[in-house]
Amino acid sequence: MELKLSPAEQAFAADVRTFIRDNLPPDIAGRVRRGEHLGKDDHMRWQQILGRHGWHAFTWPQEHGGPGWSVVQRYLFEVISAEMDCPIIQPFGPRMAGPVIYTFGTPEQKERFLPGIRQSTVWWCQGYSEPQSGSDLASLATRADDAGDHYVVNGQKIWTSYAHHADWMFCLVRTAREERPQQGISFLLIDMTSPGITVKPILMLEGTHSFNAVFFDNVRVPKNNRIGEEGRGWTYAKFLLEHERVDNAAIGVTKQALSQVKAIAAAERDGDTPLIDDPLFQAKLIAVEAQLMSLEMAALRVLSQVASGASPGPVSSLLKIRGTEVAQRISELGMEATAYYALPYQPGLIAGQSNEEPIGPDYAVTAANNYFWRRCMSIYGGSNEIQRNIIAKAMLGL
Amino acid sequence: MDLEYSTEQSLLRDSVERFVRDDYAFQARQKILANGGFSAPHWTTFAELGWLGIPFAEEDGGFGGSAVDLAVIMEGVGRGLVLEPFLPTIMAGGLIAAAASSAQKQAWLTPLIAGECKLAVAFAEPQSRYDLADCTTRAAATGAGWRLEGRKCVVVGGKIADAFIVVARTSGDRRDRTGLSLFLVPADADGLTVRRYDTNDGQGAADLELAGVALGPDALLGPDGAALDPLERAVDGATAAVAAEAVGAMAALCDATLAYLKVRKQFGKPLGSNQALQHRMVDMVIALEEARSAALAASLSMTEDDAAARSRAISLAKIEIGRTATKVGQEAVQLHGAMGVTDELDVGHYFKRLTIIATSFGNADWHIRRVAALDAATRRSAPEQPAPGRTAA
Ligand SMILES: Cc1cc2nc3c(=O)[nH]c(=O)nc-3n(C[C@H](O)[C@H](O)[C@H](O)COP(=O)(O)OP(=O)(O)OC[C@H]3O[C@@H](n4cnc5c(N)ncnc54)[C@H](O)[C@@H]3O)c2cc1C
Ligand SMILES: Cc1cc2nc3c(=O)[nH]c(=O)nc-3n(C[C@H](O)[C@H](O)[C@H](O)COP(=O)(O)OP(=O)(O)OC[C@H]3O[C@@H](n4cnc5c(N)ncnc54)[C@H](O)[C@@H]3O)c2cc1C
Repeated sequence: MELKLSPAEQAFAADVRTFIRDNLPPDIAGRVRRGEHLGKDDHMRWQQILGRHGWHAFTWPQEHGGPGWSVVQRYLFEVISAEMDCPIIQPFGPRMAGPVIYTFGTPEQKERFLPGIRQSTVWWCQGYSEPQSGSDLASLATRADDAGDHYVVNGQKIWTSYAHHADWMFCLVRTAREERPQQGISFLLIDMTSPGITVKPILMLEGTHSFNAVFFDNVRVPKNNRIGEEGRGWTYAKFLLEHERVDNAAIGVTKQALSQVKAIAAAERDGDTPLIDDPLFQAKLIAVEAQLMSLEMAALRVLSQVASGASPGPVSSLLKIRGTEVAQRISELGMEATAYYALPYQPGLIAGQSNEEPIGPDYAVTAANNYFWRRCMSIYGGSNEIQRNIIAKAMLGL
Repeated sequence: MDLEYSTEQSLLRDSVERFVRDDYAFQARQKILANGGFSAPHWTTFAELGWLGIPFAEEDGGFGGSAVDLAVIMEGVGRGLVLEPFLPTIMAGGLIAAAASSAQKQAWLTPLIAGECKLAVAFAEPQSRYDLADCTTRAAATGAGWRLEGRKCVVVGGKIADAFIVVARTSGDRRDRTGLSLFLVPADADGLTVRRYDTNDGQGAADLELAGVALGPDALLGPDGAALDPLERAVDGATAAVAAEAVGAMAALCDATLAYLKVRKQFGKPLGSNQALQHRMVDMVIALEEARSAALAASLSMTEDDAAARSRAISLAKIEIGRTATKVGQEAVQLHGAMGVTDELDVGHYFKRLTIIATSFGNADWHIRRVAALDAATRRSAPEQPAPGRTAA
């Protein structure tokens, strides 16, 4: 065992830093630093820059056009990207649709869909949840009826992140009613411009628009847009969910968030004392840093197991639970640090669409919103309660 | 000792609950929010129902109510997520009642009770955090009265206040406990810039810039340089009031979450049939009951004559309110799943208000330090106690 980076890994890290320094548009970095709500264009510009360099699908093996990085390299890339204020790469294409397509798709599907994901010219969204099927995803009822060479899809998805930006959706639909709800589900790729699709915005509690309801009214989907076998969609979906959980640990972003809170606490004065020297605040900050250290090691342990060929399995649930809790806690401390300046609501500045002088210090503008928004981390991607159920059942045999 | 509501208090509670139920349903509340967070007809109703006069003495035109009476109203304010600046106005009225001359009361308190003016108290400054004595805004005596110079921040209720009570320094240095004075400043005073804005909980606030605001001699409220004691009392009273508001909001969240656990089905059964969630719900209700007790302790302590004892009790209560409000808010959101993080459901709005209450008038850390400081002062002035346990006989 060895925690230190090898010379080759250090050289890799230096390359990543150089590339980001030379290519990340400063306006985008500024928006990320200020914690603004990014628009489609911000994400796409950066992702396409990465795509042209072959780094957008950075977790992919070389045979599918990825860089074929080791887990250490991927980890370094994520941590450095976060440190240098890169936007988070939207996972729906490269982390979700892509791996399913290259693992289970036909050669034609790979040829058709993978280049757009690698280059980030196509925005994907995830159509899983339904109004009556949240945690109990397998109960989903959106129907795809067989109509010869295509399916006719009817039903509703909800909480679909960025469906309003999306060109394509990967979607779970019911093609048959069988004994177990997990059977009879199929995995379809749906063109969002298809007639019969309606996307309606749902505003989040802090006022931003990221998720939507998506309605399907007799939407025709060609059968060759189905991944794998009819009725086996659950297998592909589960493959993907396990990967999503590992990603949800989001160590790089969380480490960066912690440094930001420290910077805020160093700038805030309580009387003449910087908040960061206040023992009560210090105790909380250092306690969460200790948790983050354990979490980072846990994530590295899981990644190293995955590298040696094992599937992440139920341990990925542990990462999701702690990763989201630690991130939420840090956002809570960030808000606390701003005291009364947590109150002003400045949506123009949060959306990056205003040149107004902020009310209060710059760093306070998004502090409360960030805290509010982060409450959803323990809900999405399989809620933390469901992750605990998975550990209870799959790891502990309860 | 008597911990039951009097008949009058029960009637008051009924009337508040009726108003919230009939006139302040969530959809109606959201309409008011969209229209700037203030409804003039509601304000008139508050005056007609006597709420704006509750805590003031009968000789001042009020009803001579107690902090507990105010808490009864505030619990309803919390349950209804009421947006109008009721508490800021009451808090300002309290300072006037405590410090003003009878002419000043005539000019400000009488219209306030009648619902004809809305006030807000400007105490915080960009550097002050929660320290009321940390004040750099200065007031200098001129031949004709006073001249104010400085900045005040996040004045809750300031978005629509007609006038402000501004805390300014007439002598001493930045954090001195003496030398603070109170001034009545109309919102349209020359030299005053009011930057009005929305807040995360919908209440609305303002930052004030005072650039040579010239005021007459009658603008000074109470004795020159002795404002900190009445200000601390007013803020303690407001803290007890938001504690009661938090109880109302937490009760609403417990009701909503319990109902949701019963109707929302996943895996073929109600969410509430999962023991993991039952215990979470039970802990929310325990927190609510703790909050209710803490809020009551806070209101009752407002009759305490010894300021240190009063402040200590208020701080302990606010620490509890901070903890329970955070817990109940977060848990209600979590147990509603994605519905809980939407703008369209009331749950997220209660959560935001509770979050802001937890940071208002001092967060938990600030109150922990205040209790520690008060206790240290007591120890310094008391004779030395023997160490506990076995000591030499
Ligand atoms: C910001 C955000 C983005 C999202 N993006 C997408 C997306 O792009 N695509 C998509 O398909 N979905 C998306 N989702 C939906 C997400 O996957 C669901 O919210 C999640 O699966 C929970 O479902 P639910 O909201 O219906 O909550 P419910 O399933 O109704 O659960 C409510 C509460 O009960 C708990 N609970 C439920 N069952 C149990 C049990 N058996 N034991 C213990 N506790 C239980 C839950 O943990 C939760 O706390 C998103 C959600 C959020 C918040
Ligand atoms: C100091 C002491 C004094 C006592 N005095 C008395 C006495 O005077 N008279 C008397 O009759 N008994 C007495 N008891 C016994 C006490 O009532 C039992 O210990 C108690 O009822 C728990 O039973 P158990 O120890 O068999 O644990 P179990 O019932 O086996 O429980 C083990 C653990 O599982 C948990 N658990 C069990 N069922 C559930 C469930 N359905 N849901 C969630 N969690 C569950 C329990 O909380 C516990 O943590 C005493 C015990 C102690 C420790």
